[in-house]
Amino acid sequence: MKPLREVTPGAKLALGISFFVLFFAAWAFATLGGYVSKTFLADPLTMLRSGWTLLAEQGFATDIGYTVWRVVGGFVLAAIVAVPLGVAMGAYKPIEAFFEPFVSFARYLPASAFIPLLILWAGIGEAQKLAVIFIGSFFQLVLMIAVTVGGTRRDLVEAAYTLGANDWGIVRRVLIPAAAPQVAETLRLVLGWAWTYVIVAELIGASHGIGHMITDSQALLATDQIIFGIITIGVIGLVSDLAFKRANRALFRWAAL
Amino acid sequence: MSRLSIRGVGRTFPGVNGGAPTLALQPTDLEVADNDFITVLGPSGCGKSTLLRIVAGLDTPTQGEVLLDGQPVRGPGAERGMVFQSYTLFPWLTVHQNICFGLREKGMAPAQQAEIAARFIAEVGLKGFENHYPKQLSGGMQQRVALARALANDPKILLLDEPFGALDNQTRALMQELLLSIWEQHRKTVLFVTHDVDEAIFMANRCVVFSARPGRIKHELAIDLPYPRHYTVKTSPRFSELKAVVTEDIRAESLKTAQMEH
Repeated sequence: MKPLREVTPGAKLALGISFFVLFFAAWAFATLGGYVSKTFLADPLTMLRSGWTLLAEQGFATDIGYTVWRVVGGFVLAAIVAVPLGVAMGAYKPIEAFFEPFVSFARYLPASAFIPLLILWAGIGEAQKLAVIFIGSFFQLVLMIAVTVGGTRRDLVEAAYTLGANDWGIVRRVLIPAAAPQVAETLRLVLGWAWTYVIVAELIGASHGIGHMITDSQALLATDQIIFGIITIGVIGLVSDLAFKRANRALFRWAAL
Repeated sequence: MSRLSIRGVGRTFPGVNGGAPTLALQPTDLEVADNDFITVLGPSGCGKSTLLRIVAGLDTPTQGEVLLDGQPVRGPGAERGMVFQSYTLFPWLTVHQNICFGLREKGMAPAQQAEIAARFIAEVGLKGFENHYPKQLSGGMQQRVALARALANDPKILLLDEPFGALDNQTRALMQELLLSIWEQHRKTVLFVTHDVDEAIFMANRCVVFSARPGRIKHELAIDLPYPRHYTVKTSPRFSELKAVVTEDIRAESLKTAQMEH
């Protein structure tokens, strides 16, 4: 192996899949081999069987739908506000000086710690769930986007000025397009974090959702269902991440050249 | 009528971390006439790029002023086109879109933009590369696009800051001939900063030699080689004479710079 040497696409896929296989093999060996008690860890086959029961008989698809809607809803709301604010902060230093200290402070406030307050303010309905996702992703997005936009190559900005661009033209035709691929990457990254918040939001005061199903299963010691829930989140995360990556590559072909 | 007047322009950079301020450019006077091709030659760090940036409006002088057709320069603008040493094509735009950047900023109709872009793409020999992205081009090609982009805007004066500095020797020589032929054709006013003696003499009708930092104009030299110039002029006796004079000038300054750093 040489440092930084690329692997072929085929080898990359094979390596990626082989770890999954290894992981499940180890799990199956530990559980089916009887080395771990069923109370603590269900085996993969039981997990798949109860997963099927969940989906076919207990309406788990509805739970998945709820969770996805909450993540996407809260995240889209956060992005709609965070992207313009982040661009404004990156482009204009007084705006950054005004917001940046507060946003940096707010970024460290754990979204999950707001849940009791949000229940008080917004009840246990959807607004509360969306608010958790919003708080969890908004501040991160703003800061990362501001840094990206602020880091635009100065020589490109200068070139645009000598070509007759005015200040608004610099923002619109240089800062935004130059930052766009990195902003899209930031959105992809923070969407992943939003998934961790949604489950926490659903552990308390929810009647639907993957997190709700997991809490219910805990009472029944149904480790098979808990694991199926966790894996479902992982699979959805993997798929949405791949879709996001694909979309970014298609949208910003120039950045990948 | 004089196109560009640089009058007593000097630049001092404030000290870093409470250190002493740095005088980068001593008050400098320079008159650039219409159709002049002036090369500004100096050792690295002598303030020649600072002067060019001030003319472009990208930097503000601590003293003095720059006038273009009698109007004081207050900031960057389309009438002073610039080509930078670093590759400054917008990586998200194709060659064609890069060249149209300034035209679009002017609010020109797309059809007219396309016509102008096509003309300059042909002029810098990049037909067939219209839809390539900058990263798909070599360094020399990128600088040709940058040149076309600046020219398409039809500036009153073209400012070049060591535009071929990062290119290999062969490519650089070809670029010089290209720029020269474009200048002979369009008769643009050009201010060209370089640290390469051959380049400075080959293209200019006047060569301005800068002293070591803090920069000032040490010597102004008319380059009386006839136009149109062919690359073979570089081996002519007159070229050698001029080169000897300029080399002597610049060598003394480079020595000073080298000693300063010891």
